[in-house]
Amino acid sequence: MARSAHRRAGLPRRLTVVRDHGRVSGPGRLSGLGGDTELGGLATAMTVPEAAGDDPLPSEPLPALAARYGLKETAARPPILGYLADLWQRRHFIVGFATARNVAMYTEARLGQVWQVLTPLLNAAVYYLIFGIILDTKRGVPNFIAFLVAGVFIFNFTQRSFIIASRVINDSLPLIRALYFPRAALPLGYVLIELEQLLISMVVLVAIVIGTGEPVTWYWLLVIPVLFLQAIFNVGAGLILARVGAGVDDVSQLLPFIVRTWMYTSGVMFSIQTLKSLAGHHKLAYILQVNPAAVYITLVRTALLKSQRLSIPGAAPYSHRLCTLYYDSPTKHLYDSAHCEALVSHTGLWLYAVGWAVLALVIGFFYFWRAEARYGRG
Amino acid sequence: MVIVDDLHVVYRVYGAGGDKGTAATALMRIMRKQQRPSIREVHAIRGMSFVAYRGDVVGVIGRNGSGKSTLLRAVAGLLPAEKGAVYSDGHAALLGVNAALLDDLTGERNVVLGCLAMGMSPQEVKEKHDTIVEFSGVGDFINLPMRAYSTGMGSRLRFAIASSKSHDVLLIDEALATGDAEFQRKSHQRIDELRQDAGTVFLVAHNLNEIYETCNRVIWLEKGQIVRAGTDVPGILDAYLAASGSEPRFRELQEAEAEAETATVEA
Repeated sequence: MARSAHRRAGLPRRLTVVRDHGRVSGPGRLSGLGGDTELGGLATAMTVPEAAGDDPLPSEPLPALAARYGLKETAARPPILGYLADLWQRRHFIVGFATARNVAMYTEARLGQVWQVLTPLLNAAVYYLIFGIILDTKRGVPNFIAFLVAGVFIFNFTQRSFIIASRVINDSLPLIRALYFPRAALPLGYVLIELEQLLISMVVLVAIVIGTGEPVTWYWLLVIPVLFLQAIFNVGAGLILARVGAGVDDVSQLLPFIVRTWMYTSGVMFSIQTLKSLAGHHKLAYILQVNPAAVYITLVRTALLKSQRLSIPGAAPYSHRLCTLYYDSPTKHLYDSAHCEALVSHTGLWLYAVGWAVLALVIGFFYFWRAEARYGRG
Repeated sequence: MVIVDDLHVVYRVYGAGGDKGTAATALMRIMRKQQRPSIREVHAIRGMSFVAYRGDVVGVIGRNGSGKSTLLRAVAGLLPAEKGAVYSDGHAALLGVNAALLDDLTGERNVVLGCLAMGMSPQEVKEKHDTIVEFSGVGDFINLPMRAYSTGMGSRLRFAIASSKSHDVLLIDEALATGDAEFQRKSHQRIDELRQDAGTVFLVAHNLNEIYETCNRVIWLEKGQIVRAGTDVPGILDAYLAASGSEPRFRELQEAEAEAETATVEA
């Protein structure tokens, strides 16, 4: 009874305008409809006058009607500033999403959250076995273990952010289709997850650094701005990859190989600054040293490790003789690499660190936003 | 309010078969610069126009493959229009049958994250949390991951989350069909409240009773086009029933209800 009551009296009735473009065949076309088989042509209006109201004219073109009511096309992209505001408004969602994902990540494993510490440790152990012992790239690098582990952890942050970001849209399709929220929240959230993981890894790293006899100094505080800049870089690049990965699956198939190649050229398990085979190739060495991963890795290493601060080229006045001594027998003259010429100064590294972060963020955000209305389609 | 203006939607389906699906055939195809043979176009919506106002609950009926779900996804802005456009006054929430929000998280976290994603503040989420959980009726299961839920429980929770905020446009694609009788009653109440908040609700259902009881307007689709649309709900439902070879019954039902009502009033 209540139901039929509201049908008849509850809601204000308006004139309904339905333009029927007609159908060519099919059962059940019964009453009251004029057919107009020409698609997009003049429509026949079917009016069901139930009550008077501020009715639109049947003849008014629908786009004009929409404009009059202030409606927007659903498939249109939001304005960029409004999008930013939306994103800021969803900050609690981004943080909550990251935390929840982090908790859920290891629910299927018996050791649970212990894997957060175990994974980086095992990673470091594998790389030490291969590069420190079997391939012996530790020659010429003081405190190789701490050097290697720092590189592995920092690179891992970027690597995982990239790979996850490239899949994030396709992995979150149900959420994207069910609710409206700025889609950039997803890659942002995932990079935040990786940042949380990195912070746990950093605790492990600090233990290793102290355990290998490095002193605790104020320089350590520099790690914070470096990781901040790296996180911004990851977000920016992650946004680019998220859009690319949302379109074609080929990218997320290919990405692991690209990232691995990148790892081998970023000085994760050797020092690009002092590698002998790079000594004659200034241009190549320069490019390798200013690539984003190498920049962030080097900055973290020099902040955390005194041995790196003392041995990195440019740390001591240039001396051709001492530099040659180092290259002749690196193990004996371990710290003389400091007397070699620095291709990129320390200040230069910081400028690159800021530059890469800002560049990636601006381009990434803009690029991701341009396709905002297209995510979730399939 | 939703305006659909001469909408055409074309799906492009990949991987519909075609070649043997081996690496060798794929390579040959690329070398010959051929399009993927498996790409097929499905013209799912062929020129549809209608207006749905604030406070409308629009039932969408039609046979399988007539374009109901496609229409809803287009209204939600999830499918690009080949031609024409969809206009609405806000973002749409789309509830489908299988769309779990975050499968590996507990119901509890889904409630919180779902609400935050819809733009509520943490304070609002706290206030609404108990209502949502109670409405969903999943009980102790709220602390289990959503993948442990039955289909019905999942859709109850999703509906509870999505309907906790008033949306400008709410699209329900058979999402209520898996609920039990008690939940269907509760969800109808909720939909009524939503339309009083001046939202527009679209409801796809094969259960015509659900449409009859909930909607004040019906759109009947066939092969991607509108057969009939209007506010004469029992009339259109009966016509649909007649067309699909069943006995029309809603007009009678309405008259019987009206009579019963008059009788009650007189008494």
